[in-house]
Amino acid sequence: MTAVATRPASPGRVRRRRNIPKVVWVFLAVPAVVELAMVFWPALNSFYLSFTEWNGLGAAKPVGLDNFKELASDEVFRGALQNNVIWAIGFGGLSVLGGLALALALNRPRRGVGLYRSAIYLPMVFSLAVTGLFWRVQYQPDGTINTLLGAVGLESLEKQWLADPDTALYAVLVAAVWRQVGYVMVLYLAGLKGTDPLLDDASAVDGATAWQRFRFVTWPQLRGVNTVVFAVTVIDSLRTFDIVWAMTHGGPYHSSELLSTYMFQQGFTFLNLGYASAIAVVIFALALIFIITYLVRATKEEAV
Amino acid sequence: MSTATLAPPAVENVSPPPAKRRKKGWGYHAVMAPLALLWIAPMVFVLVLAFRSFDDIAARGTAAWPASFSLDGFSEAFGRGAMGRSLWTSIQVTVPAVLFSLLLASWAAYALSRFDIPGRRAILLTMLAGNLLPPQILLIPVSRVMESLGIYDTLVALVTIHVGFGLGFYTFVLHGFMRSIPSELTEAARIDGAGPVQIYARIIMPLCRPSLAALGALATTWIFNDLIWAITVLRTEAKLPVTAALLNLQGGYVSNWNVVAAASVIAAIPTAIVFFAFQRHFVSGLLMGSSK
Repeated sequence: MTAVATRPASPGRVRRRRNIPKVVWVFLAVPAVVELAMVFWPALNSFYLSFTEWNGLGAAKPVGLDNFKELASDEVFRGALQNNVIWAIGFGGLSVLGGLALALALNRPRRGVGLYRSAIYLPMVFSLAVTGLFWRVQYQPDGTINTLLGAVGLESLEKQWLADPDTALYAVLVAAVWRQVGYVMVLYLAGLKGTDPLLDDASAVDGATAWQRFRFVTWPQLRGVNTVVFAVTVIDSLRTFDIVWAMTHGGPYHSSELLSTYMFQQGFTFLNLGYASAIAVVIFALALIFIITYLVRATKEEAV
Repeated sequence: MSTATLAPPAVENVSPPPAKRRKKGWGYHAVMAPLALLWIAPMVFVLVLAFRSFDDIAARGTAAWPASFSLDGFSEAFGRGAMGRSLWTSIQVTVPAVLFSLLLASWAAYALSRFDIPGRRAILLTMLAGNLLPPQILLIPVSRVMESLGIYDTLVALVTIHVGFGLGFYTFVLHGFMRSIPSELTEAARIDGAGPVQIYARIIMPLCRPSLAALGALATTWIFNDLIWAITVLRTEAKLPVTAALLNLQGGYVSNWNVVAAASVIAAIPTAIVFFAFQRHFVSGLLMGSSK
């Protein structure tokens, strides 16, 4: 984001040479072939497989749209889809609000800010699996959360957080947000660096309140970052797999099932490869619009 | 410079009385310090738990104030839990995967940024799009491709998919950087008789060092932290990298919280080291991600 703001309007156009040496084609071809073989070819295959029934042995049997019809009436799939919506809103909303608030609070250099920032984004370096285990410990029946609730006299709220179908998804969500807030904060800190402090000062002199200055001066200048944060968050939330797998495996009774975990179970536990591919295609379709948003944004930036 | 903060409005620029300013600083730290502590509390708690003894935890609960100090958790995690082996596996995967990713990405970025390749914008965006795909759409076919290549259930397969999947993003970021290198530099070298490979190796790559470092720090944590690719292309338990091994171990030590905590700490330490050693690069790497 900052790159846009600071880069001069028209950088000296890189003059390229007309005839391209052979070795350059090799430079381009090797990575392109690797990505074709590992990403694009498999992706196409998934589309094909989603119209088949296959257990991995012998040939896949084409079944037309049967997998998708079956999905429409699959309770677990519908639950997972619903959970994914809750997840996208909860995970996205909380980490964006938290990240933005923290970025605003930690934007100005002052004593201790570096330390606070590090504390907030440190969880981001841990894997989601490690994060999941860190929080599993807290959620134990005799873990910190229940103990703290007991200590302040709220014993009635103590729960088996991860074993209770009503709370499992949200318990995982809290752990995921804990890790994501730092990332969003870093993105917004970069965005804030690109805003014009003079505008803010001027409006402060004119008597604007902190909220007015944020809403009418800072926020409009963050539009670019918002697009990126929004797209990244939604793509991330559709991808979410590790942390759920580490904490609940989608259980109990599919109460924390997301599309990604359900797909993995169907594909790698039950070997319903066609059915699992159909779920993957649904995930792709949902992600597509946000991938395009992101690419459009990237194109704009490229064009600068 | 004063941008919007959560602090009260409109006083700071109109000659703030010093007393007031100090008071405001107090309020700020009174909010932020507990918040930061709350943020690191789960980590500290797990760290403490890892050093308690099984008996202490069994008798007094995981949340009790520690009354013991024991390295049993670690010795069990390293011993029967084989965390040492899986840590080594992770290193064997991460190092080549990061190096090959950056090498291949720098090739593609060089070709696309310095030469008039037809449709280069489309190629670049297609490569980036590949990295944005949800991995779920690749999992089943990728495991099949690895089987037909005869490398399923080997670390080579894991390295290969990490390189293939990450390439698009690394290429995009490096392309942005290489494009900003003035063409006069490479033109001068070309007139002096340097070929495209020499220009790449002697001029472009050295200039890209900062962005390579940032991308390297980021890629290291991504690849080291991966779970889904590992459980997709590997089957043998003894070959699993540390994240996947950690989950297996947790299944085997359901109530041995000191072992589970110790194993999580072991799995967390390498990325924490990368973070502290390359903090600056790490953050700038994330920012590259944002402006891609």
